[in-house]
Amino acid sequence: MISHDNHGLRLAVRYAVLVLVAIIFVFPLLFMVMSSLKPDHQLLVDTGSLRAFLPVGDISFDNYAAAFQRAPISTFVINSVIVTGVTVMLSLAICSLSAFSFVFLRWSGRNLLLSILLATLIVPFETIAIPLLLLVSKLPWLGLDGLEQGWLNSYHVQILPFAADALTIFLFVQYFKDLPSELVEAARVEGASWFQIYLKIIMPLAGPVVATAAILRFLFMYNQYLWPLMVVQSDEYRPVMVGLQYFFQLDTPWGEVMAYLSLITIPVLGFYLMLQRAFIASIASTGVKG
Amino acid sequence: MATLSMSGLTKRFGDIEVIRGVDIDIADGEFVVFVGPSGCGKSTLLRMIAGLEDISGGELRIDDHLVNDMQPRDRGIAMVFQTYAIFPHMSVRENLGFGLTIAKVPKAEKEQRVMQAARILQMEHLLDRRPSQLSGGQRQRVAIGRAIVREPSVFLFDEPLSNLDAALRMDMRMEIGKLHEQLGATMIYVTHDQVEAMTLADRIVVIKDGIVQQVGAPMELYHQPANRFVAGFIGSPSMNFLPVEVQSVDHDSALVASTSLDAVRVPMRVEPLKSGDQALLGLRPQYLVPTNEQDAGQLHGTLSLVERLGSETVVDVNTRENTRLVAAIADDRTFETGTEIAFTFDPNRAHLFSAAGDGALNK
Repeated sequence: MISHDNHGLRLAVRYAVLVLVAIIFVFPLLFMVMSSLKPDHQLLVDTGSLRAFLPVGDISFDNYAAAFQRAPISTFVINSVIVTGVTVMLSLAICSLSAFSFVFLRWSGRNLLLSILLATLIVPFETIAIPLLLLVSKLPWLGLDGLEQGWLNSYHVQILPFAADALTIFLFVQYFKDLPSELVEAARVEGASWFQIYLKIIMPLAGPVVATAAILRFLFMYNQYLWPLMVVQSDEYRPVMVGLQYFFQLDTPWGEVMAYLSLITIPVLGFYLMLQRAFIASIASTGVKG
Repeated sequence: MATLSMSGLTKRFGDIEVIRGVDIDIADGEFVVFVGPSGCGKSTLLRMIAGLEDISGGELRIDDHLVNDMQPRDRGIAMVFQTYAIFPHMSVRENLGFGLTIAKVPKAEKEQRVMQAARILQMEHLLDRRPSQLSGGQRQRVAIGRAIVREPSVFLFDEPLSNLDAALRMDMRMEIGKLHEQLGATMIYVTHDQVEAMTLADRIVVIKDGIVQQVGAPMELYHQPANRFVAGFIGSPSMNFLPVEVQSVDHDSALVASTSLDAVRVPMRVEPLKSGDQALLGLRPQYLVPTNEQDAGQLHGTLSLVERLGSETVVDVNTRENTRLVAAIADDRTFETGTEIAFTFDPNRAHLFSAAGDGALNK
């Protein structure tokens, strides 16, 4: 009986801690959503009390309507979805292919190259931002309208510099190294080409790392601020984070800011929850060993 | 069906030579087993045949075609791995048909060949299962099935049974033997288990440190080992080696003796020795016959351990010069440890080796 009580107590403490942590993480989101429903004067008054987290007082969707009036939000969201989506796809394809080459193909210099690649992890983006800007402003681009000079104000200027990165390659390399090499050897003996091995053997087994890389890449791209600020001047290609500038003027409309933030946070949460399910499922299936 | 020939085959990893000039010819339909202690290079040699390891020197021919630089898929081989290496995300059916899918074999033919392999291995009922739903033995069967489906000219097995438990290992061993009879294909099998080697092989290749020590039929290796290493490696329990001194020699036999061994004339088959040489007398545990009369015995010692297995009794004996000998005596016999014991043996079944070196062929 004593051990049973102990068990119950331990469980209760564990849940209490989990609930506390969950609350700490949920409160800012709750504050954002609730504030987006209140007029500015009430929002500022409520901030001092627990009312800030409750849908009380003068509740309406006026802030959302106003936010849409103030900025071309749907354009920003579409831009962000295009830039982020294409970058994530490209990044998964390019990084997994290069990791495959690093791990499974035998070519001289691959260890050195991988070390150099990993060394770039310690270089902050800010240090290369200006040289990169100068570079992309001069690069030619063959678009629908023929050859153009400079990449500024476009989708590709936001996508291509981030289509591959050392961290994602590293994630894939580590995961591929743990896969049994006999699977690759068996596939080779069975007649598969390297690309077929990549496509039919390695990638179907790479679920967990694909989910992890996709989440990390998505968050990074969706939260991009500095780079799009530097390379995009027109609303036509502006992503959501840069769009936030519209709301910070002489008199900041906090209710609209909160409405805007709620709008741009929802896709992130949705994407994360969607992949998290795949993430857990893939871990569960690889965990089943005979 | 295919013949296979290796001549002067070498493999180097950096400065280390792990395969040192291997020459073996394998006939069409032959079952050849590579056997040796771990790290002897037997698996590396198999992987060189498969094309998974580059060949550093020498020639490898399959059906008279030089295949040194050929990709694994072009060599007409199939391989069964120790860890099965079946694809975990595919059903058994997809695993079996993988090679045919890659080769773009028409669907009907693929299905028919998969079914045929499944029938041979009696696993038609498992076709729609995933590898995670199979036992170890079933997984190994899938791996073998995947090899059969492709109808290769040479089957390569890399310690296929070492991950299975003892009972299953025996069943699978018999199945592989039957499979060889049924398919008549050339098979090369790597193992460190000499029972597998003795029971399956038409010919055994004993390898140590990347050098072939002896190639021959199992009984040839057992009865006429080419050197002390092969003599000690083949047979279970291992052959005893008793230090003796050569007293006199004639052209094909030598008179040897030691403190615990009465002078006996044994044939000199392996290497020439001369009078006064230190030598090792090889005696198989099964050929030592205990005798009740101490005077009649040729070999004397004290019993230190008795293991009664029912079908036989294995005893450990300390000789007078404190060498450990093992004797495997037929039937269930009772002995008392600590007592004196004497053995007789047929001198013609004894082997004489030089005591110099490690007993293996070195280059």
